[in-house]
Amino acid sequence: MEAKKTAVKTKKDSMLLITLRRLAKNKMAMAGLAFILVMVAVALLSPWIAPYSYDAQDLEHVFSMPSKEHWFGTDNLGRDIFSRIMYGGRYSLRIGFISAGVAALGGITLGSIAGYYGGRADTIIMRVLDVFQSVPSLLMSIAIAASLGPGFTNCIIALSVSTMPAYARMTRASFLNVREMEYVEAARSINASDFRIIWKHVLPNAISPMLVQATMGVASGILGAAALSFLGLGVQPPEPEWGAMLSAGRNYIRDYWHVVLFPGITIMLTILSLNMLGDGLRDALDPRLKN
Amino acid sequence: MGRYILKRIFAMVFVVLGVTFLIFTILYFTPGDPARMILGADATDAEVLALRAELGLDDPFLVRFFTYVKQVFIDFDLGTSYVNNRSVSSEILSRFPKTFEVAILSVVFAVVIGIPLGIMAAVNQYTWKDNASMVVALLGVSMPHFWVGLMLSLLFALKLGWLPASGFGGIEYLIMPCLSIGLGGAGGIARQTRSSMLEVIRQDYIVTARAKGLKESTVIYVHALRNALIPIITQVGNMLGVQLGGAIVVESVFSIPGLGSYMVSGIKSRDYPAVQGSVLFVSIVFGLVMLLVDIMYAFADPRIKAQYQRKRRKG
Amino acid sequence: MDAWKTTKEEERILEVENLVVEYTSDKEVIHAVNGVSFSLNKGETLGLVGETGAGKTTIAKSIIRILPDPPAKITAGKIVFDGQNLLELPEASMRKVRGRKISMIFQDPMTALNPIFSVGNQIAEAIRNHEKVKRKEAARKAMEMLELVGIPAERYDEYPHQFSGGMKQRVIIAMALACNPELLLADEPTTALDVTIQAQVLELMGDLKNRFGTSMILITHDLGVVAEVCDKVAVVYAGEIVEMGSREDIFDFGAHPYTLGLFQSLPSLTGEEKRLKPIGGMLPNPADLPIGCNFSPRCPYATEQCRKEKTGLTEVREGHYIRCFRAQKEGDK
Repeated sequence: MEAKKTAVKTKKDSMLLITLRRLAKNKMAMAGLAFILVMVAVALLSPWIAPYSYDAQDLEHVFSMPSKEHWFGTDNLGRDIFSRIMYGGRYSLRIGFISAGVAALGGITLGSIAGYYGGRADTIIMRVLDVFQSVPSLLMSIAIAASLGPGFTNCIIALSVSTMPAYARMTRASFLNVREMEYVEAARSINASDFRIIWKHVLPNAISPMLVQATMGVASGILGAAALSFLGLGVQPPEPEWGAMLSAGRNYIRDYWHVVLFPGITIMLTILSLNMLGDGLRDALDPRLKN
Repeated sequence: MGRYILKRIFAMVFVVLGVTFLIFTILYFTPGDPARMILGADATDAEVLALRAELGLDDPFLVRFFTYVKQVFIDFDLGTSYVNNRSVSSEILSRFPKTFEVAILSVVFAVVIGIPLGIMAAVNQYTWKDNASMVVALLGVSMPHFWVGLMLSLLFALKLGWLPASGFGGIEYLIMPCLSIGLGGAGGIARQTRSSMLEVIRQDYIVTARAKGLKESTVIYVHALRNALIPIITQVGNMLGVQLGGAIVVESVFSIPGLGSYMVSGIKSRDYPAVQGSVLFVSIVFGLVMLLVDIMYAFADPRIKAQYQRKRRKG
Repeated sequence: MDAWKTTKEEERILEVENLVVEYTSDKEVIHAVNGVSFSLNKGETLGLVGETGAGKTTIAKSIIRILPDPPAKITAGKIVFDGQNLLELPEASMRKVRGRKISMIFQDPMTALNPIFSVGNQIAEAIRNHEKVKRKEAARKAMEMLELVGIPAERYDEYPHQFSGGMKQRVIIAMALACNPELLLADEPTTALDVTIQAQVLELMGDLKNRFGTSMILITHDLGVVAEVCDKVAVVYAGEIVEMGSREDIFDFGAHPYTLGLFQSLPSLTGEEKRLKPIGGMLPNPADLPIGCNFSPRCPYATEQCRKEKTGLTEVREGHYIRCFRAQKEGDK
C-alpha cells in the first residue's frame, strides 16, 4: 500500500546517522562488529594478557593436547597456541585492515581521476586495470609477494595492489552514474563549482558501496595473507600470523589436529564477523530497504 | 554477434601483451639469480656468469622484453624451463587438464549446492529456512579453502581412510580438493542467488505469471530464475576463470600436479620462462572465460543480445 | 448484502461478500479492504473507481488470490464465482481458475511482461497451461490471439523490449483472453499509456469483451473511461465502497460527497467556466482509520455524527447504494 508512509525524517538526520541507526538495529551486524572489536582488543593487549609469549618454547611439552594450562594445546616447539593466536591477530588483522585501506584509497583515487577527467586519463587507467584484472588476484599477489620478498609489509603491498582495481572500477562507475543524475544537473544549473559538486554530491553517493566493499576487503585481505603465508610467501615463522601457523602445523595434522584446527577457526570466525558487518552495512545503506 | 566476439578477441591481444609486460617487469625486479639457482651453490662465479650470458639475463630490460615478446608472439614459443629444460608449453598442456578437471568439478559442486540454497532462502525470505541457508552460505565464504581442505583430509583421509589424502588419479582424488573449493564458491553463489532472486520476485511479471495460473515451481524456476541468472552467471564465470588459473593453495594441500603448483614452484625457483608462460596462458584462459560469460548473457537475456547487435550496426 | 436484487440469480457470475483484507507489517495492521460487497452478472462491466491506494487493486488481486501472503491476508468474506467460494478452494484448483476462468490485466505494461521470453511464447504458455494441446497448436492459437489484438503474427518471436507500451498492453490483453475467460479483471489498463493509445486499447477491450461475452471488472480512477465502458460503478474509498449503482445512478444521481468530489475534480468539455475543485486532503492512513465515516476528515458536509459513527450502505433508489448519513437522510425526505 502506497499509503504506508514512515514518519518524515527531520532534515538534520544526515545519511550517516540514519545508516548507523539502521545498522545498530541489525543484530547479526552488531554481533560481527562486537567480535571484531574483541579480536582487535585482544590483539592489541596480547603482550599483557596472553598467558605465554608467542615464542616461548617448552620442548618438554610439545604437541600437548588442549588442557587447562594450554587451552588450545601447544605446537611442535611447545609454544602455547592460544597465546600465539592472540599475538597473531596483530599480524592478520593489521594486514587485513591496512591492505583494505590502502587498496581503497588507491582505488578511489584512480577511479576518481578516471571518472572525473574521462578522456585519455580514463582510457589509460582503465586499460591498465584491465591488464591487472586479467590475472586472478591471488596469483597476482603471489607474483608480487615473490618479487618483493616475504615479510609483513610486502605482504600488505602485494594484497593491496591486487585488489585495488576493484575499488577503482566501482568508484569510476559511481562517478559516471552520479554525474548523469538530475540532482547533479540541478547543482550545475545553479552554478555550483565542480569541486563542490564532487565533494557534496558525487562522493557521498559513491562512498556507500565502497564502504561495503572495504569491509569485505578486510576479510579478503586476511584470507589472502593466510594463503600467502601458507605458501611460504607471506609472513615468515616464527611470527604467529594465522596462515603461517596453519602452514607450519599442516605436517603434523594426522596426530595433532589441534595445531591446525584452532588457527583455522579463528580465521573463519573473524571473516564471518567481517562479512556479517559488511552485509549489515549493505542493508543499512540500501535505500530500497526503508524501515 | 560474430563481429562482437572478434572485436573482443582483438582487444584481448592487447591485454595479453600488457600482462606479458607486467609479469616480465615483476620478475625482472625479483631478487634472486636464476643462473645461481640452476647451478646450485657449488658452482663457480665464472660458471654462473657464463650461464647468465647464455640465458640473456645480462641484456638490458627492453632488449630482454622484446626478445621474449618476439619469441612468444612471433615464433609461438614459450621457451624452456630453467629448472628441468622441458618445454614450457608442453608442461602447461600436460598440467592444464588436471587443473581443468579440478576447476570444473569445483564449479559443479558450487553451483549444485549454491543455487538451490539461494533459491530456498529467497523463496522463504525471513523464515528459519532463509536464516539457516544464509548462515551456511556465510560460513562457506568465511573459511579459507585450504583450511577446509586440511580439515576434510583430516577427517576423510587420515581418520576414516575413505579417500586418498593426496595425489591425482581417479575421481576419488578429486572429491576433497573440489569440495574444499566448491564449498566456498557455493556460499558466494548462494548469497548472490538469494539477492538476485529477491530482486526478481518483486517484479510485476512474476505477478503476471502467477495470474496466468502457472504452478509456483514454474513461476520460480522458469520465470524468476531465468531473470535472476545474469549476476549468477557472472559469479560462476568468475569462479571458473579463477579456478582455471590453478587452484593454487588447494593444489599444494593435496599435492595435485596442476598449473597452480607449477607456477608456485616456478616463482620460488626463479624459473622465469615457466612463470611467464603460465601466467600468460592463465590470462588468456581467464579472458576467454569472461568472453564466454558475456556470450552467455546474450543467451540469458534477449535485451543484451540486442545490445551486442546494435553495437555491430554502429561500427 | 443484496446488491442489484433485480437481476436474475442464474445470470450472476461473481459475488463478493464482506471482503476484508489486511496487510501486516511488523508494527501495524493496515486495513486495505474493509468489508467490500458487490456482485457482477454475465457480460456486465463493473467499474471500481477511486484514488490510488483506495484498495481497488487489492480487491482484484483477492479475487484471483495473488496477493502476496505474507504480508497480505484475507481475513473475512466470501468470493463466490460460478457458485464456488474461491477463498475455500485449494491452491491447486485455484490455479485452474487463474488465467482460464478469470484473467487479469495489469496497470503497467512496461513491467508486466517477462523480458526474457518472446511475447508469443508468453501467450502460448498460458494456453498450454490450461488446455491439453500440443506446443504447435498452442503456438498457432497464440498467433491468432496476436492478430486478434492487432499485432501481426510474425512478431510472435519478438521480445517485449521490441514493443511499445501500447503494443505490450495488447500482448497482455491477448494473454489474458487466450483461454477465453469468463471474467476479466483490468487494473488501470490504460493509465500508463499515451492518451491516443488509451482510446485504442479501450476500444479493443470493449470489442473483445463483447465478442466473447466476457464479464469485466475495470479498475480506474478515470471517470471518462468509466462513462465509456462500464454498466455499473462502485466508488471505493479507503477500502470501502461508498457508493454503487448503475452508470446512470452514479453519473446522474451520484450523491456521496466523495463521488461528487470526484466529478468536480474532472475537467469537463461541455461545462462552462466551472472551476476545477480538487478534493482537499489525503486518503486516511489505512493503519489508523477514523472512528466515524472514513471520508469525514475530508468531507465538506461532515457532522458530529459522521465523525463518531460509521454507517452502512443504504439503498436510496433501486440498485443505487450510498454509505453516507447525509445522502440517506435526503433519500428519506
